[in-house]
Amino acid sequence: MTNTIKRYWPVFVLPTMLAFAIGFLIPFVSGLYLSFCDFTTVSNATFVGFSNYVKAFTDTSSDFLHALWFTTAFAGLSTVLINLFGLAIALLLVRGFKGTNIFRTVFFLPNMIGGIVLGWLWQVILNGVLANYGRTLVYNEWYGFWGLMIVMLWQQAGYMMIIYISGLTSIPGELIEAAEMDGANSWQVLTRVKLPMIMPSITICTFLTLTNGFKLFDQNLALTNGMPSSQSELLALNIYNTFYGRTGWAGAGQAKAVVFCIIVVAIALIQLRATRTKEVQQ
Amino acid sequence: MKKILAMLVAATMILGMVNIFAVAETTATGSVYYLNFKPEQAEQWEALAKVYTEQTGVPVTVVTAASGTYEDTLRSEIEKPEAPTLFQVNGPVGLKTWSDYCLDLSDTEVYKELKSDDFALKQDGQVLGLAYVIETYGLIYNKDLLAKYCALDNAVIKDASEINNFATLKAVADDIQARKDELGVLGAFTSAGMDSSSDWRFKTHLANLPIYYEYKADGIGTTEAIKGTYLDNYKQIWDLYINDATCEPAMIGGKTSEDALAEFTLGEAVFYQNGTWDYNNCINGGMTDEQLDMLPIYIGAEGEENQGLCTGSENYWCVNKKASQENIDATLAFLKWVVTSDEGRDALANQMGFVTPFKAFDDGYTAHNALLDAAARYIAEGKTSVSWNFPTMPSETWKNNLGAALLEYAQGTGSWDNVKTAFVDGWASEYAALAK
Repeated sequence: MTNTIKRYWPVFVLPTMLAFAIGFLIPFVSGLYLSFCDFTTVSNATFVGFSNYVKAFTDTSSDFLHALWFTTAFAGLSTVLINLFGLAIALLLVRGFKGTNIFRTVFFLPNMIGGIVLGWLWQVILNGVLANYGRTLVYNEWYGFWGLMIVMLWQQAGYMMIIYISGLTSIPGELIEAAEMDGANSWQVLTRVKLPMIMPSITICTFLTLTNGFKLFDQNLALTNGMPSSQSELLALNIYNTFYGRTGWAGAGQAKAVVFCIIVVAIALIQLRATRTKEVQQ
Repeated sequence: MKKILAMLVAATMILGMVNIFAVAETTATGSVYYLNFKPEQAEQWEALAKVYTEQTGVPVTVVTAASGTYEDTLRSEIEKPEAPTLFQVNGPVGLKTWSDYCLDLSDTEVYKELKSDDFALKQDGQVLGLAYVIETYGLIYNKDLLAKYCALDNAVIKDASEINNFATLKAVADDIQARKDELGVLGAFTSAGMDSSSDWRFKTHLANLPIYYEYKADGIGTTEAIKGTYLDNYKQIWDLYINDATCEPAMIGGKTSEDALAEFTLGEAVFYQNGTWDYNNCINGGMTDEQLDMLPIYIGAEGEENQGLCTGSENYWCVNKKASQENIDATLAFLKWVVTSDEGRDALANQMGFVTPFKAFDDGYTAHNALLDAAARYIAEGKTSVSWNFPTMPSETWKNNLGAALLEYAQGTGSWDNVKTAFVDGWASEYAALAK
């Protein structure tokens, strides 16, 4: 068996590798190259060195640094809130009361709706509510911020719930039983037994929510479109607007995208390392 | 056996992938690929392409970009081996992006069909774009409602034709707003929605008027440093739009173009700033030709009694220089057919409702509807049409910043000074950003 795998591995790996190269590696490398170019279309580019990066950071009218801290605030807070909600619902729904499956489905459903549609739906809902107070979502950036937070909570908590449920149900019953026999109360069971045992789920959930928070685009576009004055613009939308906002600025948008990519990768790696070390072996 | 099977499966997978790269064979006779900008006329273009293919055998593909995504679509389509042979730019600023791809059309028959060089887009002595549709916008109004207002006791005017300057327009709008319950409307103007579906009506189309008057006063056609001479007038009309409207000024951030259209077609508002392209929407909303008419947008500039509607084009045909010679020839032949044949002229004038700048349309192919007729009437009366100067706006970013400043002013979170800054300083800095 091992021998066969050794001999035929290219047959199995190549198709996937090819797909990975076409879908990821080649666009990534050409994107990196284009960030040093002046271009209209990707086949019509001239090398200009670092000037795109200078443009990206000195452009005052679409403020990259504002978008950066706004996104960081959003991603940080949404990671905490989504995981708290997801875990809380999961803890409720593993108790095995009637209709558990229906509730699980209901909480998971928002995740099946695409981002743009979700954004529009919530824009109508939230603007409808705010209208009672003579405000709209674009009154200032914090209305957009919290609106976006509500949308993301609603959409993602259910998804994280499913991952937490699978983690919780895989905890061996004897562990919890033993803890209870030793006199642990339910809070202690949660913090000393359940949470350490579901650390792998926490790792994957925080990874997903953190990177999703940073990469968020559709909902941002549909909900506020960065209004007012690009104040509620997250990084991805800022990059998009730089790319298409002015003639000859596609390169600057590309440079921002490269910086953005480095930031997201760095944060994801740090987060993975931090939570991995807390995982326990069963 | 298993091994062979596995090999086979893997091989088919690889072959399947390779297929993606197989480039479609190009036909020797050439073909046309039109990337259409106007979703409203997508079906008519496809039907017209079919007729042409039936008559000549030349394949014509029409692809329409979804509303607001033309630049994105064009950027990716033009990379393909089968790139668009015919595409559009919106004017001088759009041309800067695409001039490397635009064929010089000065020796083509379709260019010779143009009535005047005003409709050609030129750069360095070359004709790179041809306007193919002339559009008009202004204040569309509900004739029934305005007549009903005129019949009220103590109405400011007795007939719609008395509105020929800003002062009268404001007096009428203020009075309608004050007596909205008596008239059964929610406001004089539809909501000035600043949602992205509607904000272009103000950050682009309304902003054209102060730019037009400034260019006119200075005797120029474009500038890299705008002075904002007529910004006070811009403020006047914007104040009127947001205060005499169906909703509170603070609410316009959430209003869409559908909201404004619905308010207008349901008779909740009298005035609605939009253009001839919106005719079908008004009719589909339940209005009739007899209810529709248009007024010029008066902003209080001197001599505006003689001002007409805003007429121009931001739709220019460009032929892709990088296409193969056969395809270029096929495209030019197709364009000539579109603007000279009976089928082409009928489709453009009668089905799409386009007013076109081509000579051959003069014998019997004139588009008619209530809004187009209103546009023609002002010209016949000798009023001076306001030209479209917004294609000289420096960038999308400039428009977006202006729109944001207008919104913040309306909802009370920003002052008019921010609008001035976005308009004047933004103009200079955006042009500087382009030059870099």
